[in-house]
Amino acid sequence: MYSEKVMDHFSNPRNMGEIENASGVGTVGNAKCGDIMRMYLDIDEAGLIQDVKFKTFGCGAAVATSSMATELVKGKTVQEALLITNKAVTEALDGLPPVKVHCSLLAEEAIHAALWDYAEKNGLEIEGLSKPKTDIHDGEEEETYE
Amino acid sequence: MNQNNQGKPFIYFDNAATTKTAPEVVEAILPYYTEFYGNPSSIYTLANESRKAVTLARDTIANAIGAEANEIYFTAGGSEADNWAIIATAEAYQTKGKHIITSAIEHHAVLTTCEFLEKKGYEVTYLKTDEYGLINLEELEHAIRKDTILISIMFANNEIGTIQPILQIGEIAKAHGVLFHTDAVQAFGQIPISVDEMKIDMLSASGHKLNGPKGVGFLYIRKGVKSRSFIHGGQQERGRRAGTENVPGIVGMGVATKRALSIMDLKIKREIELRDYMIQKIEKEIPFSRLNGHREQRLPNNVNFGFEFVEGESLLIKLDMEGICASSGSACTSGSLDPSHVLLAIGLPHEKAHGSLRLTLSEENTIEEIDYTVDKIKVILEYLRNMSPLYEDYKKKNS
Repeated sequence: MYSEKVMDHFSNPRNMGEIENASGVGTVGNAKCGDIMRMYLDIDEAGLIQDVKFKTFGCGAAVATSSMATELVKGKTVQEALLITNKAVTEALDGLPPVKVHCSLLAEEAIHAALWDYAEKNGLEIEGLSKPKTDIHDGEEEETYE
Repeated sequence: MNQNNQGKPFIYFDNAATTKTAPEVVEAILPYYTEFYGNPSSIYTLANESRKAVTLARDTIANAIGAEANEIYFTAGGSEADNWAIIATAEAYQTKGKHIITSAIEHHAVLTTCEFLEKKGYEVTYLKTDEYGLINLEELEHAIRKDTILISIMFANNEIGTIQPILQIGEIAKAHGVLFHTDAVQAFGQIPISVDEMKIDMLSASGHKLNGPKGVGFLYIRKGVKSRSFIHGGQQERGRRAGTENVPGIVGMGVATKRALSIMDLKIKREIELRDYMIQKIEKEIPFSRLNGHREQRLPNNVNFGFEFVEGESLLIKLDMEGICASSGSACTSGSLDPSHVLLAIGLPHEKAHGSLRLTLSEENTIEEIDYTVDKIKVILEYLRNMSPLYEDYKKKNS
């Protein structure tokens, strides 16, 4: 069902983890549709993305697109990162099954959300960047099993 | 442990999806392709063998549920039987009324058929279930109206394994003069069924859930129940289901039924032993897990757990890499964006419904396989939880 690239990124995700005191953190998606992506960016004073990490709750495609998105973002400038589209992520993975294309949209949104957080923290205005949706818990507060 | 051709473990825990065709079933089927390929409707001697074989299978199956042979109608599977039972009853009894009662946790073969009828002007009541997946008998009785023509409640649920109080449902239906259909795809050949004792008017079953072939099933229709032909174009199956009989499939279903009956007591005992061992092991060893479904009113081979903070498809791919076949109620495995309607109906919130794992055993599985699998689940869950932003949030909130 998945391409070899997707399986590779799912099995060996690149840049999985957290960054403490990250320059920007963005969380997108919602539990209802079953995918939540969180992206951490470490951006230096020149606006270059030095490091990136992700955490994802989701299917194989969601994990693979998160992983691929971090690879595409790393070493880019903020402006360059903003231009990374879901199409670019999908193509870099040699395609996704049609029902999974929404996962790649999530990857694009996660980059934008992290950049938005970075801009807010630093009082910057990044051209072409709008406020991300923040609906990850969909308003439900649930008890855990234990 | 079983191994695949690369020498890696191979463990099959998806017997509710389908089962391995039993060797004696395969053996019994083959001559009906190679030697006795005659069309049962033909006049020459060759066709006698096909006719005899179909008759024998029909007798075996009728006996298995305490029915008469002429009440068994072969179909291309469980879904066709469900469609037929519901649509044909709706048509045949529409002068009496246009109201049908079913449950929210039925298989899609029943649910989607009911939705289809709603568009045709029928009214359908979808009974809710409790957190274990059991319908409420008082609610059922309360839902019956003057124009109710059919109650369709599944014998046992395919995802969470909950067995409904079929005996009591049958009594209620009979007392109110309403027909009772049950989708017994997960129950037939697994647990005892008696259509008379349980007052079942129609029952659907499928061959490949009991080590029989795919593409064959049957609908039991009690004598006297009005039913229309569902497939038109021939006199097969007493004129009610046209099409040349799937002779090899029917033969295979007959042999599978005979086999299932002969091993049923031992199989149930063995599966319950394995099932309860697995449930206890998971509950003991894996944090943030919860058993879905009823603890006692449960199919002998069904284990279904919710694992918090992870998504089912990721879990399934990781298990597959370890040679373990299982299934999940997550959206990604359903091909839509919604998780299992069954898990939502028993009250799980979306993120927990996405994190479910169904393991359905057979009598051939072993304790060793269960130990191996639970160990792998543990490692995989730890890995996936470390990757999960939901787990991160939970830890931060509770540190």
